[in-house]
Amino acid sequence: MTVFLLRRLLQAAGVVLVMSLLVFLGVYAIGDPIEILISPEADQIERERAIKALGLDLPLWQQYLVFLGNALRGDLGRSFVFNEPALRLILDRMPATLELAIGATLAALIIGLPLGLYAGLRPSSPVSKGILAGSILGFSLPTFWVGLMLIMVFAVQLGWLPSTGRGETVTILGMRWSFLTRDGLAHMLMPALNLSLFKISLVIRLTRAGVRETMLMDYVKFARAKGLSPARITFIHVFKNILIPVVTVVGLEFGGTIAFSVVTESVFAWPGMGKLIIDSINVLDRPVMVAYLMIIVLMFITINLLVDITYSLLDPRVRLEGKS
Amino acid sequence: MSAVPASAAPGAPTLEVRNLRTHFLTRAGVVKAVDDVSFTVRSGKVLGLVGESGSGKSVTGFSILGLVDPPGRIVGGQILFKGQDLATLSEEAMRKLRGNRIAMIFQDPMMTLNPVLRIDTQMIETVLAHARVSREEARQRARDALGQVGIASPDERLRSYPHQFSGGMRQRVAIAIALLHKPDVIVADEPTTALDVTIQGQILAEAQKLCAQTGTALVWITHDLSVVAGLADDIAVMYAGKVVENGPVEQVLDAPLHPYTLGLIGSVPSRNRRGEPLRQIPGMTPSMLNLPAGCAFRARCPRAEARCAEPPPFAEYRPGRFARCIHPHEEAVAA
Amino acid sequence: MSTTTAGAPPAAVPPAARVETPFRRFVSEFAASRLALFGLVLFCIIVLVAVLAPWIAPQNPYDLAQLDIMDGRLEPGSVGGSGITYWLGTDDQGRDMLSGIMYGLRISLTVGAGSAILACLVGASLGMLAAYAGGRTDSLIMRLVDLQLSFPAILAALMILAFLGKGILNVVIALVVVEWAYYARTVRGSALVERRREYIEAAQCLALPTHRIIFRHLLPNCLPPLIVVGTMQVARAIALEATLSFLGLGVPITEPSLGLLIANGYEYMLSGKYWISFYPGIALLVTIVSINLVGDQLRDVLNPRLKK
Ligand SMILES: Nc1ncnc2c1ncn2[C@@H]1O[C@H](COP(=O)(O)OP(=O)(O)OP(=O)(O)O)[C@@H](O)[C@H]1O
Ligand code: SF4
Ligand SMILES: [Mg+2]
Repeated sequence: MTVFLLRRLLQAAGVVLVMSLLVFLGVYAIGDPIEILISPEADQIERERAIKALGLDLPLWQQYLVFLGNALRGDLGRSFVFNEPALRLILDRMPATLELAIGATLAALIIGLPLGLYAGLRPSSPVSKGILAGSILGFSLPTFWVGLMLIMVFAVQLGWLPSTGRGETVTILGMRWSFLTRDGLAHMLMPALNLSLFKISLVIRLTRAGVRETMLMDYVKFARAKGLSPARITFIHVFKNILIPVVTVVGLEFGGTIAFSVVTESVFAWPGMGKLIIDSINVLDRPVMVAYLMIIVLMFITINLLVDITYSLLDPRVRLEGKS
Repeated sequence: MSAVPASAAPGAPTLEVRNLRTHFLTRAGVVKAVDDVSFTVRSGKVLGLVGESGSGKSVTGFSILGLVDPPGRIVGGQILFKGQDLATLSEEAMRKLRGNRIAMIFQDPMMTLNPVLRIDTQMIETVLAHARVSREEARQRARDALGQVGIASPDERLRSYPHQFSGGMRQRVAIAIALLHKPDVIVADEPTTALDVTIQGQILAEAQKLCAQTGTALVWITHDLSVVAGLADDIAVMYAGKVVENGPVEQVLDAPLHPYTLGLIGSVPSRNRRGEPLRQIPGMTPSMLNLPAGCAFRARCPRAEARCAEPPPFAEYRPGRFARCIHPHEEAVAA
Repeated sequence: MSTTTAGAPPAAVPPAARVETPFRRFVSEFAASRLALFGLVLFCIIVLVAVLAPWIAPQNPYDLAQLDIMDGRLEPGSVGGSGITYWLGTDDQGRDMLSGIMYGLRISLTVGAGSAILACLVGASLGMLAAYAGGRTDSLIMRLVDLQLSFPAILAALMILAFLGKGILNVVIALVVVEWAYYARTVRGSALVERRREYIEAAQCLALPTHRIIFRHLLPNCLPPLIVVGTMQVARAIALEATLSFLGLGVPITEPSLGLLIANGYEYMLSGKYWISFYPGIALLVTIVSINLVGDQLRDVLNPRLKK
């Protein structure tokens, strides 16, 4: 176990290193680093001083080491626009994105699991076919357009829900959260649903396929032979078996959800990391872009690591048996 | 076994299957998996249901438990459990009997226990499905049942997951689950086929002992005649969905009426015939989709004649000895 | 199926009906799904509309002389000052939405198909190289594929566009970068299977030049899965391009794709002028769904693993 952990940690560190190199090359070698890192308003003397201070007169590999050293100390540069450390800027917006992504994940499970279960238990009913068609649509529909349609119907036409922003927030642990107030929740509902659209479809498909496969297993027939109620067979014997793979996939997808919140946050003007990065790209606030990229990479690697560890903690024989 | 008059309570059959037909209405056509099966099992007795692969043994077992899934359906006949026809029972009434008065043990012990649930969960839920007792009481019963099938340190075993058990252990657990409510009937579908010979022997001996003690009627499905010879009181031989011969086990094995039974006996290695080549039944099992009219064994039968193109009746040729053949062996044949 | 015999065919049966070529079988299997056929017809109509836009569109939406700012934000069905009827309404510049959508389709389809073809070329070459070279080259390419596939496409594309700037060509480059890996994986997978087949060994024994083996033997056999992946990826590319353009990082204003049209209507939607965003969205949706319908059926028909 320790060996396994160590190896995975080393691998993760390797990927971070590669990504940092890519980002470094992207920002420092392709673009003009002076333009990127020094405010355009600076005069000639300031520029010279800054170039010296930033070590831009050093050879490229030394610059990379400096960049790496700074990054390790948590210094990913300052935003030109906000004149704040890029890292802090992003961390400030992180709770908004996290709560949106978590909300979307929960919504995907809450909506997707029952629908998938139903479609799997009654594969030939018209309702199941409708569910399946819906999930195909969910894969095809561009997220941003669905977001617009949600706003059009529920905010503009019906006026039931607010269209943009986070609404009222509550501060806990120095971070602002929307999901604890009524107003905040109302603001969160549409964006979370929008972001979960793709995942709902994914959960429906996984659940449906899992249920259909599990229903054919001997142990389900044996459970029936024991005289258990249909409800117990469905919710304990079948459901518990499919929950593990579904939750794993949804967990792995969490990084993708955070990435995709870029779109949803832009549609609903949700002030998270995603909206920040789009705004930063539009004004070419490159330090923020770099910081965002590095944080996302770290997040991805952490999620993968966590999933891997969870997997190895669950006895592998349990999973082997379910398949054989 | 001596013939018991089928009248009063002690000898009355616990389970009587009469002309059972279970068909699968598939897209390719109707599969007559079970097509006229009749047999009787009495309390404390063992019926061996034998036949080659695909002859409809498992489907017969599932029909008794009401576990035939679409496109399969019981299309005819009766399954009389203590005089009550199970084929006409509602699903809810049937569920109350399953695992309670009628239990089943499956063929592959590696697949019958749910891999993600602990043994105690899978046992206690069975107790609670049919008895209004506390969880503690249910756990106590589960523990006792494990002890009954010879599992040591049941407390520890209860907390395990199936993958921590060997195949033989798992089958014992499955048997313990079947025994939880001291059922009147147990259908055991080739429960020892997947196990090695020593464990098979132990389980057979235990099963026999338990049935005699509790008065459970046991339907033991197998394709292994030697198992039936040692275990069963009566035997029903199936071929292509039909019972072709039925009677007390010694009589049937000593003097089979049906040519198929004789063929089966001839293909089993035996000490008396050491050195002789095993006699295989020539030909292949017919496809269940379009069985020929008349006797289904006709193409493989050495005694076949023109009359065999007519469906042979299931007739009593000697007291308690039934066969589905118009030209049965009249006397004991050296097998 | 009737078997072809060596004897002379009866005159009444046209020869084509008798001979079961793989292509014919493919066509009849594909046509077995009404939905897929519907998708195909729909897609053909969309392509036709896009190609013929300059001739059939009521207006040239980029010709400022034809636009009348007084006709801005008219509802669907309104008649403009010059007597033209705007069936799907107009945008803030007085541009006919129907024409805008027809021209927008051209750009969306061009970007989608163009990037798919380029990505296919790049990906297939690399996949073939990986399968054929094996060893270090193989593992390096596959590492890159894994890295690419584990990173969300939207982010990778955003970053590339952030560094390269807007423009149709840059969008295509970004799409190629995020999509080549799918093709590479597909080609490598089927090439590895095909390589083990005997006829390749036979060809190698005959000392045929490598490029001949690849182009005459390996590639044709990788084609079916490649077609399936390609179809799906075109739909994905169109959706991704629309998303990028919506975020303001895709195509420039001068060449609005469907995504940009939708983005332009965003601010007006909040004031109830839904049509500027709604109809381009419907066009986008219909395009993507029709391609996916075709792709789904292609996968079922062409994937031998699914045939049992
Ligand atoms: N779901 C089904 N659909 C169609 N046919 C079925 C189905 N289940 C069983 N059958 C058919 O019923 C026939 C009898 O099957 P059954 O499982 O009862 O055989 P068996 O005697 O138990 O054989 P084995 O010794 O291999 O277990 C077989 O020919 C099989 O093809
Ligand atoms: S009925 Fe005829 S064919 Fe069938 S078993 Fe008897 S003798 Fe053989
Ligand atoms: Mg069986």
